[in-house]
Amino acid sequence: MNTTGGVRQVNARKLASSARRMKRSRVILLVTPLMVFMLAFFVLPVINLMSKSFWDPVVANNFPLTAYALRGWTGTNLPNADAYSALAKELVQSAKRGTLWRVGTHLDYELPGFRSLIVSTERFLSKNSSPQRHLNSMTPALAQHAMITFDQRWARLPYWQVLSRKMSPMTLTYLLRVVDMKELPNGAITSVSGNQAVFARILLRTFKISAVVTLITLILGYPLAYWLCTLPPRRRALPMMAILMPFWTSVMVRIASWMVVLPRKGLVNQALIAAHAISTPLNMLYDRAGVYVAMVNVLLPFMVLPLYSVMRDISRAYQMAAESLGSHPFGAFWRVYFPLTIAGVKAGSTLVFTLALGYFIIPALIGGAHDEMISNYIAYYTNTQLNWGFASALSVSLIASAACIFVVSDQVGRLWSWFRNKLYA
Amino acid sequence: MNIKLYFAIAGMLISSAAMAKQITVINYGGEVAQAMRPSFVKPFEKDTNISVITGSYAGGQAKVKAMVEAHHVTWNAVEIEADDLDRGCSRGLYEHIDWSTITHKSQLEPSAVTPCGVGIFKWATVLAYDTDSVKGKPHGWKDFWNVKKYPGKRGLRKTARGTLEFALLADGVPESKVYSVLATHAGVARAFRKLDQLRPHIIWWQAGAQPQQLLESGSVAMSSAFVGRIIAAEKAGQPLGITWNGAIGAYDYWAIPAGAPNKKLTERFIDYTVGVEPQLKFISRLPTGPANRATLTKMTKSQLALIPNAPDHAGGILETSAKFWLQHGAYLDQRFAAWLSQ
Repeated sequence: MNTTGGVRQVNARKLASSARRMKRSRVILLVTPLMVFMLAFFVLPVINLMSKSFWDPVVANNFPLTAYALRGWTGTNLPNADAYSALAKELVQSAKRGTLWRVGTHLDYELPGFRSLIVSTERFLSKNSSPQRHLNSMTPALAQHAMITFDQRWARLPYWQVLSRKMSPMTLTYLLRVVDMKELPNGAITSVSGNQAVFARILLRTFKISAVVTLITLILGYPLAYWLCTLPPRRRALPMMAILMPFWTSVMVRIASWMVVLPRKGLVNQALIAAHAISTPLNMLYDRAGVYVAMVNVLLPFMVLPLYSVMRDISRAYQMAAESLGSHPFGAFWRVYFPLTIAGVKAGSTLVFTLALGYFIIPALIGGAHDEMISNYIAYYTNTQLNWGFASALSVSLIASAACIFVVSDQVGRLWSWFRNKLYA
Repeated sequence: MNIKLYFAIAGMLISSAAMAKQITVINYGGEVAQAMRPSFVKPFEKDTNISVITGSYAGGQAKVKAMVEAHHVTWNAVEIEADDLDRGCSRGLYEHIDWSTITHKSQLEPSAVTPCGVGIFKWATVLAYDTDSVKGKPHGWKDFWNVKKYPGKRGLRKTARGTLEFALLADGVPESKVYSVLATHAGVARAFRKLDQLRPHIIWWQAGAQPQQLLESGSVAMSSAFVGRIIAAEKAGQPLGITWNGAIGAYDYWAIPAGAPNKKLTERFIDYTVGVEPQLKFISRLPTGPANRATLTKMTKSQLALIPNAPDHAGGILETSAKFWLQHGAYLDQRFAAWLSQ
């Protein structure tokens, strides 16, 4: 009896565990297509693009001989003649391959004017290398002399320091420029001068606009969600439709409508002037006010829906109980009801804030030059300037600083609830 | 067996011939696309039996870059503005044109001949104003800057190109000296100082359709604008005026993305579009300046009045300097972006 029971138990355990294994493998099998899809079309491309913010092998790939000649160079004196002759050969080769301009563009990011220097030097070298005086047969000393007499800049350290630094594909240039700093040719890191400092300010502005929009949607959305919960279920349909409606309208259409409503000769201004509320039209379109209005309009449902889903499950009995025990209605709301909705507030705010951080169309169409957010600049560097390294650095900075903010706000939230518990205990 | 083989070979030949006889041409869409279809595309297809697929894009270069880097280029020719052409050409994004295949080369205006691009037509950025709110006729960029005499906001295109030239013209620099002044540090500082004066009054536009909307909605009293759009809006009855004085002329070009197939056919198409007949047809539909000089003599007086390279307008018009912008563009773009964000 005992033995058979034991066997049966073991068998049952085995069966159970094999069933679990079967189930797990089935789940893995079901999830695999999605995982593969995400990996191939989301994770890998994102990693690839992000790597461009610090990985820039264009110069190194085109000048391998120069890299070899510059290895071990200390950077305090001019490099030896071998480096000059290697560079001379590779400039001409690179021009033949059609990559010289591209290399020059990447050098120009480090030191303005470098591109025109290497392009003009290459033109000089290939014009003067007749079959008799071919570059390959030119002695290194002669190449050095020719380059320096053609352009004095080849006898100056900064150009060689930059060249030597770019021989490593790792670069800090893009990421430093995001925080308005730069690496000087000699390796020292300084902040850029005032008339070129931009991006720290734009990053800050992006966070400010997102925070204000989050706050406004919270202030508008909280009472709305609360009111929705107080309605009897069958009367909730209509207001719910009104909230969901924007989801079914294209963002472009809504922006276009704001562009009709907000201008100086637009509906809002005409109505206000007709009502004698104002005498001169207000500037709303191409201004921060318009950006806030349009963004709140688009993002409000993302605040209301999480709040509503949390509030719906809170029994009204708690507040009634608090009030019947003598609490002021506001106290009952603030100390009993509000803490129960914190999860919804957090979810809604996080959603709205993250979505707002990446906003692009509204600032571009409704805002002015002072309302552009970081995404507008990412698009500009991707699409117009074709500087994907820097565009990537900008997006890295956005993701990194957003992550920082979420970690910090989470910690602050914890601290706050701990403090609150102490206070009311 | 043999017959099957013949069919297979014949089939392959036919399909490869059919594939070779087709090119894809991308333009900026809108009025340009409407004018190109009957003047370039249709007659070329009829003359050569090469089918031309047209499409449009908004000018973003990221797509071209992605295609070139993936070695999968599906566009044969792209209409492109001078600054994108310069940047793209210098980054190896566009093929070098084999100028020996462009038979009309000798007739083309000098700025229409560049390493990677063949000029199609010249458009002008002019000063446009709302005749309802602007009393009198502004004479140029000095008046554009004069918000006391002509109250109201000002629209400018959000690029360093053009804007800096206008600022110097407003500051009294003559047309012929603009680029030599802008090439110095003092000149750049001077342009930005002049922009500082107007800054609170500027509304920036990006898409070519915006200026006329800005003027119509009363958001601005004056704006820089592509002249073709303003002429069209004027014809539609909008109260607009144009000042040609101090306008900037620039070409749109054909460029061939690096690694695009059928380069010879594409160059044949490009060469066709800059012939006198197609250019005349195009200009009669879209009032722009022809790239082909020989076209000017065949144009009517009323046509000439609307274009930037007409002899009457030539004096006050500044030709954008591709060479200048190629050399200084990167620095000035960055300086301009910094100035905007302040």
